[in-house]
Amino acid sequence: MTVCASAASHASLSNNTMIGSPDVVAFTKEDEYGQASQDPLDLPEEFSIPLYPLADSNPWAKTSYAKFTKDFILISEFSEQVGPQPLLTIPGDPKVCGTFDLNYFSLRIMSVDYQASFVGHPPGTGYPRLSFVEDSRVVLGDSKEGAFAYVHHFTLYDLEARGFVRPFCMAYVAADEKKIMLQFQELSLRFSQASECLKAGNRRAFAKELQRKLQDLEYTHSVLQREEGLQREAGPQCVYSAHAVEKANELANVEKSIYEHRDLLKQISAYHRRPRRDPHAVSCQKCMTECLRECEELLDKYAKLANPLGYSQRVPKGEGDEIQSDENRGEEEVDEDDDEGIKRRPSYTPQLIKAKSAKCFDKRLKTLQELCEENFYEATVELLKETERSFRGDLCYLYTRRLDKSLRRNQKIVNFLFEADLTDDVEDEAETLRPFCAVNHAIDNYMHLNPPHIVLGSEALELNGLKSQGPLGLACKAATTQELGLLGSHLDSSPSDQTLETQESSEGTKESFSSDKSGTDQTEKQESLASINTEGPDPDSDLTPEPDQNTYPERESSSEDMETTAGEDDCDTGQDQTPVSLLEVVSELEARKDGGCEVGMHSELLVPMDTACCMAQEGFLYEAADPDAVPCLSPNSTLNPSKVLVVNQEPHALHPIQDEYTVGSPCSESPPPGLELPVGVFGDAVSRSSMEDGLECTMSASTGSDRAASPLGYGGSVTLRQRKKAGQGALRFVRQYSFAVQALWCLLSGRTLVVLGADEGRVRRLVSALALFVPNPGKSGERVQPWLSCPFTLVDLHRWKLIGLQRVASPAGSSALYSLSRYSRYISILDADMKTLRCPQYRGQLLANMADHRTYIRRGSTYFLHLQSALCRLAARAFLLTFTHHLHLPVSPTEGPEAVEARRRGFLQEQLGLDEEDGQILLYLSRLIAQRYLQPANSDGCAAVPCFSFNYVTSVLYKI
Amino acid sequence: FIYFSFFERKTVQGQRASRVHKSDVLLGFPTEGGVETIPLRGAGSRGALIAFFLSSRFASAGDDGLVLVWSVETGERLQELRGHAQQITAISTFSCGDGFTSLITASSDRSLSLWDPDTGNRVQTISDLQSSVKCLLVLERLSVWLSGGEELCVWDKDFQLLCHRQKHSDTGIAALVELPKNCVAVAVDKEIVIYRLTLSSDSSVLLDEITRCSDHHDQIRALINVNDGTFASGSHAGELILWDSANFRNVAYEHILWEESQPSSQMEIRLATPKPSEMSIQHLTSNGRLILAAVGSGLYVYDIVTKAVVAYRRAAHDSNVLHTMLLSDGELMSCSEDGSVRMWEIQDLPLAAEPASAGFFGMWTFGRSSKQLGPQSKKALEIPNLRTLELTGDLIGHSGAVQMFLSFREKGLVTCSTDHLLILWKDGERQSRLRSQALFQKLEENGGL
Repeated sequence: MTVCASAASHASLSNNTMIGSPDVVAFTKEDEYGQASQDPLDLPEEFSIPLYPLADSNPWAKTSYAKFTKDFILISEFSEQVGPQPLLTIPGDPKVCGTFDLNYFSLRIMSVDYQASFVGHPPGTGYPRLSFVEDSRVVLGDSKEGAFAYVHHFTLYDLEARGFVRPFCMAYVAADEKKIMLQFQELSLRFSQASECLKAGNRRAFAKELQRKLQDLEYTHSVLQREEGLQREAGPQCVYSAHAVEKANELANVEKSIYEHRDLLKQISAYHRRPRRDPHAVSCQKCMTECLRECEELLDKYAKLANPLGYSQRVPKGEGDEIQSDENRGEEEVDEDDDEGIKRRPSYTPQLIKAKSAKCFDKRLKTLQELCEENFYEATVELLKETERSFRGDLCYLYTRRLDKSLRRNQKIVNFLFEADLTDDVEDEAETLRPFCAVNHAIDNYMHLNPPHIVLGSEALELNGLKSQGPLGLACKAATTQELGLLGSHLDSSPSDQTLETQESSEGTKESFSSDKSGTDQTEKQESLASINTEGPDPDSDLTPEPDQNTYPERESSSEDMETTAGEDDCDTGQDQTPVSLLEVVSELEARKDGGCEVGMHSELLVPMDTACCMAQEGFLYEAADPDAVPCLSPNSTLNPSKVLVVNQEPHALHPIQDEYTVGSPCSESPPPGLELPVGVFGDAVSRSSMEDGLECTMSASTGSDRAASPLGYGGSVTLRQRKKAGQGALRFVRQYSFAVQALWCLLSGRTLVVLGADEGRVRRLVSALALFVPNPGKSGERVQPWLSCPFTLVDLHRWKLIGLQRVASPAGSSALYSLSRYSRYISILDADMKTLRCPQYRGQLLANMADHRTYIRRGSTYFLHLQSALCRLAARAFLLTFTHHLHLPVSPTEGPEAVEARRRGFLQEQLGLDEEDGQILLYLSRLIAQRYLQPANSDGCAAVPCFSFNYVTSVLYKI
Repeated sequence: FIYFSFFERKTVQGQRASRVHKSDVLLGFPTEGGVETIPLRGAGSRGALIAFFLSSRFASAGDDGLVLVWSVETGERLQELRGHAQQITAISTFSCGDGFTSLITASSDRSLSLWDPDTGNRVQTISDLQSSVKCLLVLERLSVWLSGGEELCVWDKDFQLLCHRQKHSDTGIAALVELPKNCVAVAVDKEIVIYRLTLSSDSSVLLDEITRCSDHHDQIRALINVNDGTFASGSHAGELILWDSANFRNVAYEHILWEESQPSSQMEIRLATPKPSEMSIQHLTSNGRLILAAVGSGLYVYDIVTKAVVAYRRAAHDSNVLHTMLLSDGELMSCSEDGSVRMWEIQDLPLAAEPASAGFFGMWTFGRSSKQLGPQSKKALEIPNLRTLELTGDLIGHSGAVQMFLSFREKGLVTCSTDHLLILWKDGERQSRLRSQALFQKLEENGGL
């Protein structure tokens, strides 16, 4: 039964099917390629927005009864002595779990392990086989507890364990079931990495343990042989005493054991050669080869041991040392391991092995740390911590971030204009790549066997993937699909019946994913879930789905003129889509790092999610009552403006630009009618609290230090959080000043804006709010001068695009005023005291959406997001303008610059529908882009000095 | 450092807008804060000099004895020529036939240096001169060069002193000009002394004084070559004299006086007291047919064919004009102590002159513009064929007196000022075209983005 219907043509996870138990949900794959092809005129499903989100689609609705405060990762094991038990949680803070019963939950998650944990002697083989069990992944829900978990089962080898196998599982426990369902792929990838890491360490540890055991056995063997020899010499040839028989049996046992262990060694060293069915299996090439080499060395050593008799002479000292050096940790724990007879000392001496092994319950089982080598264990824990961090926040938050991120990845060239945290981005990439190698081998070592397709929610996220409409792209997708199908069938075919049955009987449960729901119901639910991410019931948030809509023109144009260009690149980019973690958290981490704090690996250090994105629950519950009131977008409405943009009459123009950057680039159409500032029914209810919130925010900023009031210009990079705070200020500015739009125009069109005022706090606040609109502000806001008390010169104008200037009443201040009047043609002056603005007249419409003083947006963070999307659209247009050949250079030698100029103007006016003043914004941004492209930013930020453009027009004085 | 600038569109009493001049870009070189770059202290003195050489580089020099070589294209600082301890007083390029151009500088530390601008090395240097050199003249034809201070010296390309003339007067030599037939005109105080250089076979040079022209009544401030047959000189008292280059006779005499427009209205407006240099000819330029004289704060265009004043502007700037240039088609430029550079056009229509925009000292001249119209139009009526100088644009950027500018035609214009800034102005549209070209070229090289 289909749970989530998503992209039809698009690969990756599309269908989820439940397995038997109401509470266990696994992903399987249904063959959807048998279906008839869609009507080509239909909107592809990934673009469609369901008109009626279901009432219970509120992602916060379910969190209320969970007994833990936030998501955590739980590692449990199935101990052969005491049964399922929790080992550790990440984060380790007990407060996280609250009253949640970890023991009980461990029991539950361990009991659904339906992997093929087949151990012992398979029929037909002489020796015990190591079972090569692939990991299994299951989504499990305990609706009574309000807990849902992604559960990742895996096994580790332990020589002393039953069947040499110790089952473990890692679980990502969350209160939101959908979060897990929609993040399944990424969770799976990350946990696979962790599991691979543990297993890699485990194999090494196991091989070493085997080696020790073999040494012991061979020593025992030699001793026994010697004894037997003595006996044989002493006793009569034909008489076998009971003692002799016993000795002979013992000897035979030891020999058998030697062969068995040797075989095990062979098996473990053959591990890497096994074909992996697991599509998420990833491993570090270097770790692999290292492990392999070690195993083979050992194997060589013991394979050559033709005559066990010579053993005692054949243990070279050096080798023992070498082994020891690999082993320092193993020592102390094994010291108490006496009952097995394996006594290990710093210089290892083989021990006699008693014929009978101790009782199962007497021995102490190795801990997880002991099972894996220490550095592997630690790498895994780091990996899991990172995972936990990256999944913080609710679905909406994750979704928005990811949307943001994927969009930004497509706009590398223009990101410098308005996006502040490019470096975070880069580090973030590295962050996700790193864990492929457990012990921090160089990144390039990692081998991604089957790069998974990470999907969150709807397919629309995959901006990259959408473009691959060419044959290659399809092939690429098909491949991915197959892989996923493979995963699905693997999960499906797991012999899970017994576990599931017990599960069912014990917990005949809950409504959430119960089987009585009809398939269509589920479909709708999933759809609505997918859509809720973009089209949340928040009255403000209907600004956010724009990127979604914007993907459409991409597709439009791709079918026409992009076939030639779509190709391998797309495949690559599509597949490269590595999981992303939360920028927010990362940037906060960065900020902490800057603060001199050690890398905040301990989760206590992490601040809870910014309120900006985890919007208050109350606010949401409000709207959940009537989600139908959400203004819905007709997808068709986006079509017309976007078509205008597709410039296909100039194939030449597209020549050097890769498909990714072709004309119909994502953000370039004018806002669809549905995306006007929202007229929210609930606007006021929300606004009350948020306005207070905002006021508090600004109040604290004003009373606080300089830094609080204005994060800019202090050398430190501007964090996202600070920018969001500035969003509040910007919103206030927009709402208070009727001429805000003119001020914004000045900034965006590259005209320096001087904020003049007597009160430093006020000026600084204004500047930090307005700094959001300064294109290319520099990494740490070099283009903004928050407070200046001396007259400025042309050089300063050139350096700064936004200046806070002190108004001084004394004669000394007259020189500042003088510089104002002298350079008046180059600047606009915003008088914070008189509340006037002197600047050229702006009559355009482009910024109206951004600076509507009657806006219904009440929250600074919402406004910030709104701004970001608007600015992003601007940047995309500027990009288009910059890189369209015929808009800048003549297409034929006979053409003069005037023709080009006319064409450019025509493009701006007719195709982008911009007035002259709006065109100036784009021209300025385009100039910045060109400059940046020609002189990529040096390390010291401001080196590539942007040009400084003046177009003298008469200034007008605006008053409130 | 690139600045763009579009010329200001002037409005006359808020009504009529004159033509908008083509857009210009401005490049400035405020290296590291703009203070240490070209420290030109002492406003009004000819502290900053710009030498123009090779098509894409220029040198600047200032009070600190530092000479900087810049690229016109990018505005980069290419070389720093360090060596002089004091203010540079004269600078000139010197190319000795083999295509290699070097730079000669003179400093008030009484030394002369020859530089290789490609490497920044000092090739030759002479110190302990008897006096500091005020002006340099290179005679490339003869491969010699002259230096003028209190004494006049002739040097060859290897910095060997060929000949020298002792002290002329207390004021020393103000200007040097090359005349046909190996002659040189030297302005000394109120006289112009003509010398003839004779190169003998043993490469020694004889410097014979031919004649002295002493028609000026005041100190000579400017001396230029007009064309092959004429040269001109201007004095502190506003006398402009045209001389015949062959017989060194006085061809024409024009005494520029502003008496007519001087009275009442001007006096009451000027807050500052009228300067004695009011009628002094600060600078002369010529294109072979017209002579442009910077007289006080006004501009004065003289036609040597009709031997008459063609056009003038009494108050072209708010303060003394320091440098002028005649461009093609009757366009001209001037820069002034008021910190502005203005562009003018000689127009046939005797339109009522419009007031100049407030420049550097604009703050102190309130209300003048309205009252000025009277005398100007009256003047226009007095001389029938008089044309007007129409302001077509100005470049505002400096905060100190603009001392000199240098045009590179379409490549741009450099201005230097006492505010330690050099600004390179460029045509914005051209720059944007060039950028686009570079962009798509790079795009092609990279094979896409």
